[in-house]
Amino acid sequence: MTTLMISHLFLQNYWWIIVSVLASFLVFLMFVQGGQSFIFTLPGNEMQKTMIVNTVGRKWDLTFTTLVTFGGAFFASFPLFYATSFGGAYWVWIAILFSFILQAVAYEFRSKPGNVFGQKTFDIFLLLNGALGPLLIGTAVATFFTGSRFSLDEMNRVTWASSWYGLEAVTDVRNLALGLAVFYLARVNGLLYIINSVDDEDLKARSLKKLLPNSILFLVPFLFFVIAILFSEGFATDPSTGSVSMEKYKYLHNLIQMPLVLIIFLAGVVNVLYGLYAALFRKKNGAIWCTSIGTILAVFAIFMLAGFNNTSFYPSSHDLQSSLTIRNASSSLFTLKTMMFVSFIVPFVIAYIWYAWKSMNINKITVDEMNLNEHKY
Amino acid sequence: MTENIDLTLIGWSRAQFALTAIYHWLFVPLTLGLSFIVAIMETLYVRSGNEEWKKITRFWMTLFGINFAIGVATGIILEFEFGTNWSNYSWFVGDIFGAPLAVEGIVAFFLESTFIAVMFFGWNKVSRKFHLISTWLVAVGSNLSALWILVANGWMQNPVGMAFNPETARNEMVSFWEVLFNQVAVDKFLHTISSGFLLASVFVLGISAWFLLKKRESSFARRSMLVASVFGILASFMNAYTGDSSARTIAKVQPVKFAAMEALTEGKTNAGLVAFGVLKESENKVGEKYLKDFLFKIELPGLLSMMTSGDRDAYVPGVIDLVHGNRDRNIMSFDEKKTRGELARKTLIDYKNAVKEGNTALRDSLKNVFAEKSFNSEYFRFFGYASVEKAEDLIPDLSGTFYSFHLMVILGFAFIMLFALTLYHLFRGTIEKARWFLWLCLLSIPLPYIASELGWVLAELGRQPWIIQDLMPVSAAVTNIGSGSVIATFFIFAALFTTLLIAEVSIMVKQIKSGPKH
Repeated sequence: MTTLMISHLFLQNYWWIIVSVLASFLVFLMFVQGGQSFIFTLPGNEMQKTMIVNTVGRKWDLTFTTLVTFGGAFFASFPLFYATSFGGAYWVWIAILFSFILQAVAYEFRSKPGNVFGQKTFDIFLLLNGALGPLLIGTAVATFFTGSRFSLDEMNRVTWASSWYGLEAVTDVRNLALGLAVFYLARVNGLLYIINSVDDEDLKARSLKKLLPNSILFLVPFLFFVIAILFSEGFATDPSTGSVSMEKYKYLHNLIQMPLVLIIFLAGVVNVLYGLYAALFRKKNGAIWCTSIGTILAVFAIFMLAGFNNTSFYPSSHDLQSSLTIRNASSSLFTLKTMMFVSFIVPFVIAYIWYAWKSMNINKITVDEMNLNEHKY
Repeated sequence: MTENIDLTLIGWSRAQFALTAIYHWLFVPLTLGLSFIVAIMETLYVRSGNEEWKKITRFWMTLFGINFAIGVATGIILEFEFGTNWSNYSWFVGDIFGAPLAVEGIVAFFLESTFIAVMFFGWNKVSRKFHLISTWLVAVGSNLSALWILVANGWMQNPVGMAFNPETARNEMVSFWEVLFNQVAVDKFLHTISSGFLLASVFVLGISAWFLLKKRESSFARRSMLVASVFGILASFMNAYTGDSSARTIAKVQPVKFAAMEALTEGKTNAGLVAFGVLKESENKVGEKYLKDFLFKIELPGLLSMMTSGDRDAYVPGVIDLVHGNRDRNIMSFDEKKTRGELARKTLIDYKNAVKEGNTALRDSLKNVFAEKSFNSEYFRFFGYASVEKAEDLIPDLSGTFYSFHLMVILGFAFIMLFALTLYHLFRGTIEKARWFLWLCLLSIPLPYIASELGWVLAELGRQPWIIQDLMPVSAAVTNIGSGSVIATFFIFAALFTTLLIAEVSIMVKQIKSGPKH
């Protein structure tokens, strides 16, 4: 292991890519949250509600695990981000975690006799997680572009300059726009996943009806965020000194200077748009696969824009020189190298997830299955 | 390093983490053990084709699912609280601590979360064999999750395999294998999972006993008891063995904790092992802190010396030796350690000033100092002492540490008796007639929960004031945020966890009362 000549810079880039991949899969898997957010408005009757919950609910653990692994990978590879953001933007992360606690128990408890608070309470928990989870995660990620109010001392200890401890992020309309975009994207993917997974024409028709308004509500804030970011100032770093300065059109420059990222971003957007078109106008059940690939590619490109090309991925608008880059926030060469070997098992993990997913989704969710005296949510 | 941190903040941050950990640990051990018990039961079903075993498997699997969900819910908070409430710690050791957490996610959590869906919903969707493999993978995944977080915790108790980098002001990993095979981590993992196996076995025994008391599901209950008692007795032996090994390791790497476990105020040769005792306040004190004496005790002479060094005449240091030092026994005093820690800290501050002032010659020479082996072994290893104000701060809560240790051990031995008696009654065919014993099994259900929580109280209370042994006290690790925020989230989590616990227990009771499905 010690004889392997890999530079620290290569590993920092490698781990930013791994974190970005995890983030992009997390956003796609938030179709679970999107589906949950329809729990009171989509189903026409109790049976359809049960079908929706059991369709998206059987993947809740996977989304949850991806979030936990995303956090763990960030901790391992960029611990200064973990310490700075979680310690400073306290209330944002606590609110996100709070909503995920609600989700974890809601599925298992909602339909069980003796659950004390009644099914409706746990359904409200699912709604809260479905709405707050994507909205807050999107808002938090937007601060990668707009900056946060923190400073670090010489021992890298964080001081947050706002007594709102992260909640002040919602006062920037660009942050809110990405939060809303992620929320409505999760809803769109949730609807498409339900359309593809249930064998119930009425429920599919209802989902399709909701798809158009939600697609528009996704596209408007998404386009606003992208345009606002591309044409505003960004946080540039000087690779020789590590100092951070504001640069006009920084993220537009990043897009132009990294043509591969531009291609990935455009491929992502086109895939999402084509998926919406295929579902809305050609009534394709499998449109989710187009939008999911699109989601993964677009989110991945957004993370590349935030961290690559001498950019601060977690900038401080309060004290520019405290901004975090993939250079100054990363783990040591040894740790990143060790972790790289661990990451080699990721393809194996993806393979068994795919196999288990395929085995479980081979039959669609039906009314008959819901009526069976089997384990269900 | 603690100059601007208020004590209210430290106290509430500790309280919040303790609250989360205690709640989390109410659910995790059952997941660890029940996952294997269910896997064994399903194996018996697949091998025999007997539908009775399928019914048994599915009943316990349902209880597993209810418990699993709430364990996951409380677990996510723990992971992120390292960042939200202990951000200085997260940076200081993130280079080492983060890696096991990430491996945990990649290796264990995905295994668990992928196959749990197959386990619950796949009975009619996948083959019998694939289903069985999924159930085993859930068990393996659950227990692997425990491995990585315990490796991280073991490192906090005994930091190994790292070097301090003054440039980044943090510890950095230099040997992954040293971190992974740290003796504390190995002991901790084996002891913890075996305590989970033991707890789940008592849980299954108790619930099965209830069915027999109610004269319901006799075959189901006896078969469940058989699996649980065999699994439980094996787990108990493993638990006792690893507990013993754990105590020996603590004696070496955390001697103050070890002395507190035995309430050993003054060191002695031919030291006896206290089987049980009652403490009273001593007239001896360190600084302002009174120590403890025994009101009465049952002691096994010479056994403590024997246990720690394999020699009856070996000297076991007491709390006073470890705080004031003992030249004859070559034990350094707190004052000496503090002086050395302060020198290490001053070297770091000088280094940082040299960097700020652009004094490259001084910067490079001080950087070299941090690379010296002798500086690390004689000075930097006491770095944390610079942040500890008084000698008495080194002493953990003696009563809490002593009682949690002894009650845990006593309960551990009681469980061996419980499993042995169950097997005796099962093989004699007298289990249904021995109603007193069935009541005993039922009433024993809370005991392993108490023992298990006491184990963590011992581990975490006994290591105070350290978050990382000798390197960082808890007070230096806390996130510098308003204490009002932490107080608010403490009560939010307390209310939420308690609410969910009530719901969980109620659902469990309802499921148990409805019995296995036919």
